[in-house]
Amino acid sequence: MTATAAIAAPVPESPLIEVRELRQWFPVGGGLLRRGDVVRAVDDVSFSIAKGEVLGLVGESGSGKSTLGRAILRMSTPTSGQILFEGRDVTKLGRRALRPLRPRMQFIFQDPFASLNPRMTVRQIVGAPLLIQRPELDGAARDARIGEVLRTVGLSLHYAGRYPHEFSGGQRQRIGIARALILEPAFLVADEPVSALDVSIQAQIVNLLIDIRKELGVAMLFISHDLAVVGHLCDRVAVMYLGRIVEIAPTRALFRRPRHPYTEALFSAVPVPDPTIRRERIILKGDIPSPLAPPSGCAFRGRCRYALPECASAVPPLRQVDGGHWTRCIRDDLKLGRSL
Amino acid sequence: MKSENVLEVENLSVTFATERGPLQAVRDVSFTLHAGETLALVGESGSGKSVTSLAIMRLTPPAPLVALGGSVLFTGADGGKRDLVTLDPDAMRAVRGNEISMIFQEPMTSLNPVHRIGDQIAEAITFHEHISARAALDRAAGLLDKVGIPDARRRLSAYPHHLSGGMRQRVMIAMALACNPRVLIADEPTTALDVTVQAQILELMKELQQATGMAVIFVTHNLGVVAEIADRVMVMYSGAIVEKGGVVPLMTRPLMPYTQGLLHSVPRLDPEALGLSPLEAIPGSVPDPFRLPPGCTFAPRCRHREPACEAALPTLEAANGNHDVRCRRWRRLAEARA
Repeated sequence: MTATAAIAAPVPESPLIEVRELRQWFPVGGGLLRRGDVVRAVDDVSFSIAKGEVLGLVGESGSGKSTLGRAILRMSTPTSGQILFEGRDVTKLGRRALRPLRPRMQFIFQDPFASLNPRMTVRQIVGAPLLIQRPELDGAARDARIGEVLRTVGLSLHYAGRYPHEFSGGQRQRIGIARALILEPAFLVADEPVSALDVSIQAQIVNLLIDIRKELGVAMLFISHDLAVVGHLCDRVAVMYLGRIVEIAPTRALFRRPRHPYTEALFSAVPVPDPTIRRERIILKGDIPSPLAPPSGCAFRGRCRYALPECASAVPPLRQVDGGHWTRCIRDDLKLGRSL
Repeated sequence: MKSENVLEVENLSVTFATERGPLQAVRDVSFTLHAGETLALVGESGSGKSVTSLAIMRLTPPAPLVALGGSVLFTGADGGKRDLVTLDPDAMRAVRGNEISMIFQEPMTSLNPVHRIGDQIAEAITFHEHISARAALDRAAGLLDKVGIPDARRRLSAYPHHLSGGMRQRVMIAMALACNPRVLIADEPTTALDVTVQAQILELMKELQQATGMAVIFVTHNLGVVAEIADRVMVMYSGAIVEKGGVVPLMTRPLMPYTQGLLHSVPRLDPEALGLSPLEAIPGSVPDPFRLPPGCTFAPRCRHREPACEAALPTLEAANGNHDVRCRRWRRLAEARA
């Protein structure tokens, strides 16, 4: 591997996706004569995803997780850094050069109401990627493939003539997933795909995603603010705070013993549906700081109950604390727990 | 000592007139709310939980668009009882935001973007009490301080867009508390917030409730939040109450298959439970409100159903103590589990 891989968080044997020191900065404010500020939405993010692996990405609003997901699929052009897809640098490729790669990487959206065109039938929505990417297929072959992918997501060709409004939220999300799967991608970015759904339906879609990863072996970046859902579906989990990954680890290791105070606070804040458990909660003070004026050093230090004066001096590097378990916290003496 | 009832809801029904005909969103809902307690109203989209809370506030559209049935008896601070369903609009306005107030899910859309937050809170005070604008602003500053907004006096002149989501929800709570309500209806107040901010707001609401003794109806779909804050729980499905009881019996020994299914479908944080084991989802989806099944509305999705379930809607019967359930098989199912 190259030298940069050493700085990166754990790199599997043959990564499908490799992200190196990725930055996505956005200029804000400013005008004709005035220089504006810069929002560092994604700052110095490195990680990789192996073939068939599901990496969970958790964080609160404004942490940059969606921006990161979009940048990796090249829905934006990163400010700096590198994205390697199947070993090939796709960071600066233009629209035309990206086109043959698009079928290999697809996106599942959060809102099943806004992400489906209300004037198109299910057949048109799910089949649209085929028209663009596989124009050689005739109608019958297209329909066969549409039927196949609809069955994969628990629907049938019987529904193909209907419009989105005839479906419930859960069924619409299945349609969105079918559209993402129809070109047999190797990699999916799923941005909060179950957040807009009711609990009973959310479980159906989580189960569907578990089946899909088992049967199709597709790798995923699964973006969510719900730690429990991420725990169910993902092999590894990365935690983002203010544009940076602050902890990344195999799921079980992270859930058993988080090594960053922010992860500990996140776990502590999740309400558990058992009224007989009374826990001592860690209540974080204040809000996530403005990305326009991030604090010096560790961005979390202002809300961290373990902060030391040294935390202000420099952004802590990601350091390995255990096999594949990395944290961006300088304190090695903490015994962080999960108050369950 | 039994605490007094501040609200007695009897056979409340809400029917919307729509192009497709009448739609009954709330059916025959009865419950009482004791002073100082938190009652959680749980259900999925379309269960009627929000419409129930809007109907209590009389914030549903007026007749003939919406027909209200039943009664909502409210006991005011003066001890007098009034039926909110039939109260005339002027008298209702005097109650709303004063003795009963409400906070909503989306604090951005509930605050007026072109007015300073201090003025918005003061408006609620001067509407109900005859005090000077300056005195009202002083009270607003005190309220902001009480809901944990730092530097409260200076924040009076902030606009909503200056504040984060969590801070905006604190402003909403300050506004709702402005006139020391006896009942606070909170409709998904933490749903739009991040978990760490949600934890802050829940903590704040608990503290304020202890300090003021107000009763809270907390509408939510999040069972974790329910376990955290509720004294009693009411589960709704297709507009009707299907289970009602104390938070511990209801969540540890639920009797209605729907409640059991909901609790099982929530993914747990337990590290031992992780890793690709399927969640116990409830199959199917909520029935179309225009084509409700004749019997138990949950029967089509229920794995314990038998033909009789689909014949007639079961009644809400008292199982034990204050635990009510709407399922004709609850006794046999409870025995089978034991």
